[in-house]
Amino acid sequence: MTAPLLGVRDLVKHYPVRNGLFGRATETVHAVDGVSFHVDAGETLAIVGESGCGKSTVGKVVLGLAPATAGQVTFGGESYAGLRPADMKRIRRRLQVVFQDPFSSMNPRMRVRDIIAEPLENFAVVDGRDAVTDRVRDLLVRVGLPAEALNRYPHEFSGGQRQRICIARALAPGADLIVCDEAVSALDVSVKAQIVNLLLDLQAEFGLALLFISHDIAVVEHMAHRVAVMYLGRIMEIGDRDALFARPRHPYTQALLSAVPVADPTVRRVRPMLTGDLPSPIDPPGGCRFHTRCPLAFDRCRVDEPVLRPVGPGQQMACHLDQADG
Amino acid sequence: MAALLEVENLRTHFATRNGVVRAVDGLSFHVDAGETLAIVGESGCGKSVTSLSIMGLVDQPPARIAGQIRLDGRDLVALPEAEMRHLRGNEIGMIFQEPMTSLNPLLTIGHQIAEPVMLHQGLDRAAAWARALDMLTLVGIPAPERRLRDYPHQLSGGMRQRAMIAMALACNPKILVADEPTTALDVTIQAQIIALMRDLQQRTGSAIILITHDLGVVAEMAARVVVMYAGRKVEEADVATIFADPRHPYTRGLLGAVPRPGTGGACHRLAEIPGSVPSLIKPLVGCAFAGRCDRAADICHRAAPAWRQIAPGHGAACHFAGAA
Repeated sequence: MTAPLLGVRDLVKHYPVRNGLFGRATETVHAVDGVSFHVDAGETLAIVGESGCGKSTVGKVVLGLAPATAGQVTFGGESYAGLRPADMKRIRRRLQVVFQDPFSSMNPRMRVRDIIAEPLENFAVVDGRDAVTDRVRDLLVRVGLPAEALNRYPHEFSGGQRQRICIARALAPGADLIVCDEAVSALDVSVKAQIVNLLLDLQAEFGLALLFISHDIAVVEHMAHRVAVMYLGRIMEIGDRDALFARPRHPYTQALLSAVPVADPTVRRVRPMLTGDLPSPIDPPGGCRFHTRCPLAFDRCRVDEPVLRPVGPGQQMACHLDQADG
Repeated sequence: MAALLEVENLRTHFATRNGVVRAVDGLSFHVDAGETLAIVGESGCGKSVTSLSIMGLVDQPPARIAGQIRLDGRDLVALPEAEMRHLRGNEIGMIFQEPMTSLNPLLTIGHQIAEPVMLHQGLDRAAAWARALDMLTLVGIPAPERRLRDYPHQLSGGMRQRAMIAMALACNPKILVADEPTTALDVTIQAQIIALMRDLQQRTGSAIILITHDLGVVAEMAARVVVMYAGRKVEEADVATIFADPRHPYTRGLLGAVPRPGTGGACHRLAEIPGSVPSLIKPLVGCAFAGRCDRAADICHRAAPAWRQIAPGHGAACHFAGAA
């Protein structure tokens, strides 16, 4: 078996909270607390969850923008731990990112040509000024923008067009995996559909893998091959898209999926309503992290933290329920 | 019987350095007592300016408001600010998208709910605080006695939105304007707030104008729907008809662009609407949607489509709305 394109094992990321006069770290945010998954070449793994579940932190560590507190991340079989900056740069050429807000992720004083040319030049993908410009022009056309966009500034474009520029920039160095951190969440419905379609087309054309981090469950169901559901820094359930949406096993997945409003007035869903709010990741509940809001929690959930176990073909969940048929 | 709120030929234009922005341009609709009307559209379609115009929160100048907004027969556009101030928060309640920026961070939750009650309903302090406590209990905030004395930053996002709803309903408004009330919330919290608003509406009987871009929320809450595009109404119908038999190409495009659960399939493309919303600074000739419409003919670029009645309560502004 060959190594997956991206492998994440037992990833932990804690942030210290600095308080008081001398800025001593008195508390710790358990942003990500033991997360494992992999992404194969050409596939889309979606990470879904509510704010504060740690999904964006996972993206940051995968991109090498934040060091892991513990655990291992590998890209193309190479571990990040102890990697020299030159080697990390080699990885980063194949590992790109598209963020939520396309305006704050581009330098407003740079022209579109220079924004997209930057990775081409940094990674020495293309040599010579004219060759770079030609490549930028090709990329612009590929993402559905006119080639004349070259000489314009980001503010001259709408949100959807700006997101296309960001995608062109991510494609430029020849990425194998793009981390999409809420990449379509800020866009209007009709524009969102355009960008979703563009990502699907590019994936088919270039065999791109996507780590699609999102809270938009409808888009995730549309785009992902596999889905990981996170809650308070842990993966509650992970599995193939069809299985997970057809038969969500974890009580949190069930609640999360059923909470999504359906654009069909003839459907009246009975939903297991979650009461209360997300507990603080500074002091996550002991036992199963979900037990404070889980309608099915029993004694064991309060003391014993469940681990991921298979519950069907290509599906795993971390829950004490239904132990027998697992 | 006249409707509770009637908006007739509303035009809210803003004078800017680059020209006049026609944010709302000839909008008409009505809301009956106790019903939920959803106004749907994408950014820049004028839905929020419509809600601000109804509440009299648009500064004139730079804006110029023309047309009529009649609440129980009184024209709010012509009303002096002093009288408008008496209606706002009293007969018209408001909920905004971001509760953190609409609550005063320096005042307790209890103070902020009690103040309009004292102001509008003439209750004394003790009675107003008692009403505030009732309202917090009604919107399902745990330990309401303690929360009365809390400041907004001590509440979570969902709790703050509940407090906003409590504040908006404290004076028993006839109509509640909810501008993207659940957009900033996580889905499990959104489900709680939607259930709460539906439940409260049944108990208090207030009408709701729900401003949103989320068709899922529309399907769950609204009785009737107005679809807006570029400052104009393009379609109006009851909620079942809008989803089952949309006639305007823009409405169809919006519905097609929403991924539906269960119909997913990797590499299955979403219906997309090409292009983006037109600039509202240039006067629009013809149909505002013509440039993005796959059925646009010559006439669409030349003449603005008149409002066509398709069935009682269902109409669309499209030259081809008659054809299914």
